[in-house]
Amino acid sequence: MALLQIDAMTHYFGGLRAVYNYELEIEPGQIRGLIGPNGAGKTTIFNLITGIYRPTEGKIFLEGKELNGLSPHEIASLGIGRTFQNMLLWRHMTVLEHVKMARYSKLTYGLTGAFFGTARRHREEAESEAKAHHLLKMMGVDKFADQIVLNLPYGAQRRVEMARALAMDPKVLFLDEPTAGMNPEELVQMMEIIRQIHGELKLAIFLIEHRMKVVMELCERIQTLVFGEVIAEGTPEDIQNNSKVIDAYLGKEAVE
Amino acid sequence: MEVTSDRLATDRRSMIGYIRVFISEVPLLGWLLGALTAVALEFFIGTPLARVLGMSRAPMLFGFVIMLKKPMLIPSAVLYFLLIYFLPLSLIARLSASAMNRLAAKLLEFPLIVSVLIHLGLFYAVLHWWSEMSLYRADVLRFTLIAVLLTLSLNVINGYMGEFSCSHPGFMALGAYAASVFTVVLFADDKLYGAALLPQWLGFFFFPIALIVGGLVASIGALAVAIPSFRTRGDYLAIISLAFMFIVKSLIENLEIVGGPRGLGDQPGWANRPVVFITVVLGIWIINNFVRSTLGKALNAVRDNEMAADAMTVNTRRTKITAFLFAAFWAGVAGGLYAHALRYVNPATFGIQKLAEVLAMVYFGGLNSVYGSIVGACGISLLGEMLRPLELFKWIIIPLLLILVMIFRPTGLIAFKEFDAKKLVQPKRKPDGEI
Repeated sequence: MALLQIDAMTHYFGGLRAVYNYELEIEPGQIRGLIGPNGAGKTTIFNLITGIYRPTEGKIFLEGKELNGLSPHEIASLGIGRTFQNMLLWRHMTVLEHVKMARYSKLTYGLTGAFFGTARRHREEAESEAKAHHLLKMMGVDKFADQIVLNLPYGAQRRVEMARALAMDPKVLFLDEPTAGMNPEELVQMMEIIRQIHGELKLAIFLIEHRMKVVMELCERIQTLVFGEVIAEGTPEDIQNNSKVIDAYLGKEAVE
Repeated sequence: MEVTSDRLATDRRSMIGYIRVFISEVPLLGWLLGALTAVALEFFIGTPLARVLGMSRAPMLFGFVIMLKKPMLIPSAVLYFLLIYFLPLSLIARLSASAMNRLAAKLLEFPLIVSVLIHLGLFYAVLHWWSEMSLYRADVLRFTLIAVLLTLSLNVINGYMGEFSCSHPGFMALGAYAASVFTVVLFADDKLYGAALLPQWLGFFFFPIALIVGGLVASIGALAVAIPSFRTRGDYLAIISLAFMFIVKSLIENLEIVGGPRGLGDQPGWANRPVVFITVVLGIWIINNFVRSTLGKALNAVRDNEMAADAMTVNTRRTKITAFLFAAFWAGVAGGLYAHALRYVNPATFGIQKLAEVLAMVYFGGLNSVYGSIVGACGISLLGEMLRPLELFKWIIIPLLLILVMIFRPTGLIAFKEFDAKKLVQPKRKPDGEI
């Protein structure tokens, strides 16, 4: 079985069919892309897999373990890390605290440690701090470690969010439009970072993107989603030349 | 003309600069030593000095009450304040600064706990001498300390977790009554419960258990609020917790077994100054430990964005419920202390008035901050006492002050500041040379 496998997932919001019969298989170390016009249901698919919504039908498996019915934090601690399209950061917390927070499920000191400051707590907190600094360095934002995250420039905030998702030691990393709102220079840097974490941490990455350049250069396989249904799947070249994809993006000329 | 005003401005600036340098160079140890001198001075020569200055006795709360009652005595009250507090404090702090810096640095070579205990000991000595002057001061001190614990425990919910809870007087009532029933049944001869079951002298050692029982009962009450209201976010908690507060109050009013509306008395007076001080310090230490750990920081994550917290493996529901029960526990402990400090509890105490008072302390002092809770609780309690002679106007001035704070510092005076004992006790400047 694949690392992450989704069988015939369908989801309704009331009477609206948001996702229909969605299938996915991600192998370890693979980079997969999901593209589609606005409102196609890409983020809904992320939210369904990470447990924010529960799929109406269909099964989701991570390493053969069924994820249906688990709560978001359980799914996350099983190994699905994610970033958000609109960067859900914690406005009063520092950069370091952000990254340390994602180690939450790895901490074993419990309430006794939290209340009385035991030696075990100090050791575990120090370990997660070291790990956090390591990731921040990797993302090139270590110099901001003690700053409140909202004071950082936009690109740096994106990297902090990515460092945070990596701190939980995910097996699959979900990136929801990692280059949204970036200028071409930042975009190239971000692609470099994604390649780097893929290379160093041997992660599987599942990415939603609008910019064709990013998906085409990074992904091994791409799915195109329109109105909740996958209309095309294949390598970047296949997708680029697929007439259905071109129609969905550019519209078909009306020929009567 | 230009030149003179210019020079005046520079003078003033250098004056402020001088004061700033002066303050920044004195370590906490120096301030404590200065304060100790001041209160010792007051203890020994305060009353004679006050008589010389034309006052019948030493002013109890820094002269405020006297100034408001008899405006004619304002100069003597100010002079008294300068002579007894201001001069000794600033002189000793200034003169001892370099020695104290060296001492503070030396102390930090031992484990941190040594340094902290010495500071706490000095601080306690200051409070001790200050409150030995009169019974009134001793009471103000004890109830202010209890208010600090109560405020901090509410800050865990309203500040750190960002929910709005109104049930703290209810938790305090549960703690007060549970601890009282425990001690009165076991250790006091009482009309309601008959003769004591255990000898009195044993009781003092049982007092921590009584406080813990009070805290646990409050926590169980909190569970009844937490389970229905933490399913979703929003205003549910505010409404359910407000209802809970009224339910607790009318429950106690209707329970004849705990005295009903007449209240419950005869508690042994075990909540004396050192016991209250130690309990409150212990409470602050544990709460501060908790909110600085990642488990406690999870509260901030839940407050700022719950969805992101969930996606980062934080068990949000458990985090919220734990923090709520934890806060209720300390409110219960504060209630137990309160009952044994006053030696009488009455359900009417734990009503909407108490709620307004605690909320004011939390929001005045500052959200998400231990310093804020200390400042808020001390500020509001002392202001309440100082402005007592103004009677009705007190209830205009304090709310007005609150409004001003909300306008200029919407999150309170000292918000979002971490309380780090090590930073507090460390020397303020590198010692000039080794001794």
